[in-house]
Amino acid sequence: MMMPAKSKSIVLTALLLWFAPFLAQAEGLIVDQTFTGKNQITATFSAPIAKDVAEDIKNYTVFEESDPDILLELSSATLASDGKSVTLAFKAPLNTVKTHVVDAKGLAGIDKTTFRVSKSYLGYLFGILISALLINNFVFTKYLGLCVFFGTSKKKSTAKGMGVVFTLVMVASALMSWFFYQFILIPFNLNFLQIVIFIGLVSLTVQAVDTILRKVNPVLFNSFWVYLVLVIANCVIIAVPLILANNNYNIFETFMLALGAGGGFLLALYLMSSVSERMQLAKIPASFKGLPIAFIVAGQFAMAFLGFSGLQIF
Amino acid sequence: MANDKSSMQLITRGILSENPIFKLALSMCPAVGISTTVMNGFMLGIAVLFVQVFSSVTISVFKNLIHPRIRIPTYTLTIATWVTVIDLVLAAYLPEAYAKMGIFVKLIVAFAIITMRLEMFACKEPVKDSFWDGLGMGLGFMIGMMVIGFVRELLGSGAILGMDVLGFKPLLFFILPSAGFFVVGLMMAFFNWIEIFYKRSKGLK
Repeated sequence: MMMPAKSKSIVLTALLLWFAPFLAQAEGLIVDQTFTGKNQITATFSAPIAKDVAEDIKNYTVFEESDPDILLELSSATLASDGKSVTLAFKAPLNTVKTHVVDAKGLAGIDKTTFRVSKSYLGYLFGILISALLINNFVFTKYLGLCVFFGTSKKKSTAKGMGVVFTLVMVASALMSWFFYQFILIPFNLNFLQIVIFIGLVSLTVQAVDTILRKVNPVLFNSFWVYLVLVIANCVIIAVPLILANNNYNIFETFMLALGAGGGFLLALYLMSSVSERMQLAKIPASFKGLPIAFIVAGQFAMAFLGFSGLQIF
Repeated sequence: MANDKSSMQLITRGILSENPIFKLALSMCPAVGISTTVMNGFMLGIAVLFVQVFSSVTISVFKNLIHPRIRIPTYTLTIATWVTVIDLVLAAYLPEAYAKMGIFVKLIVAFAIITMRLEMFACKEPVKDSFWDGLGMGLGFMIGMMVIGFVRELLGSGAILGMDVLGFKPLLFFILPSAGFFVVGLMMAFFNWIEIFYKRSKGLK
């Protein structure tokens, strides 16, 4: 009985350590620091500070934590009327995903004050999920997996089954690809083999899901095996490993990307099948029957999904 | 003489009666995604042509050595190898065009059209015919991409191959990424309409 409690506490400590850098605040003078908008950082102080020091942009050096050599150029520093917060504006938009380090000279008589600005990591992960799900939906804004999309979006039940199978295979193959990429391809400098390795892994995952499902849940297997055949070499599934290799994602980011991509595909299939069911009752001109009208409906969805661009939750 | 005729037939079949984009409706992703200009269509078309011809020939050469049960994985690995080759070549020699096509070059590996030709043609027919078949299908894809690119570039930005010909932009909307669906849908409907019209006029006669 001791073991579970112990392992639980270990996990909790590990989690705390993991998030500690993000939870920690700079003590003393700086009370709070956040990104405001695309190219601003706002810092709040515990006491009012002198205007001439705070508004001199030469007193600040700002850089991304991962690239300390590249200093970001400030365009202005503005002190609020109560003297307790300063807004630093930058010439170029900041990459708010990265942790930024701000060094300030001479604030309140202290020689050098350093603080870090970052978004919460969970929020960032959630952002990847939402981005893959809605903003960069694989079907409507990246134009991937169209063959399967148009082939299987005739009925709602098919669409749901297909979407679930896709999500499962996508998450499994993305995690496997991540391990292969990080621990085999990168260490042995085999990056040029990524296409061959990833397509092999995807086929392997589909084969494995096929075998496991057949043994574990024959009923589910009977309703899903048709889709499994279609999954084998589909560009949505192979795109996820390629994207994560391009962006050098870690395991959590990989999981979120795969989940978002699969969910987005499920969403797209479901939306399209709902329209298709209605279209069967509609009177469509002979030359538009079949694929042409499906393309035009998909185009309208794509335009609607454009509305999600610029969506930022965290 | 007989061979020449059949090779011509194989090529025209890929371009016209079994065009991968307009007739078989396979490999639609790049047709919608990056066919904003003629040049983009041409570049990806070349890449697909290369992969299609070389994989068809490779499979046709080794067709007697491939066990039927593992043929699909063999096709996939063959295609993946040739895609890696063209991917690295494009990245090294044409970096600008490569950047525009983005992930789609790597995704040639998952194009249904290539696997389909290997399964239906190259694994049964002699090397020479497979070469012509691959060439025809690749050309058909390339021409399809270029036609869509031509329509989008001409109507969207009033230009052909980057040169301004119209002097104005009739439908700026066409150049937007999401318009790809509309353009392909409308063009398919247009070809259907011609076919219906043609059949009707024939029937009346």
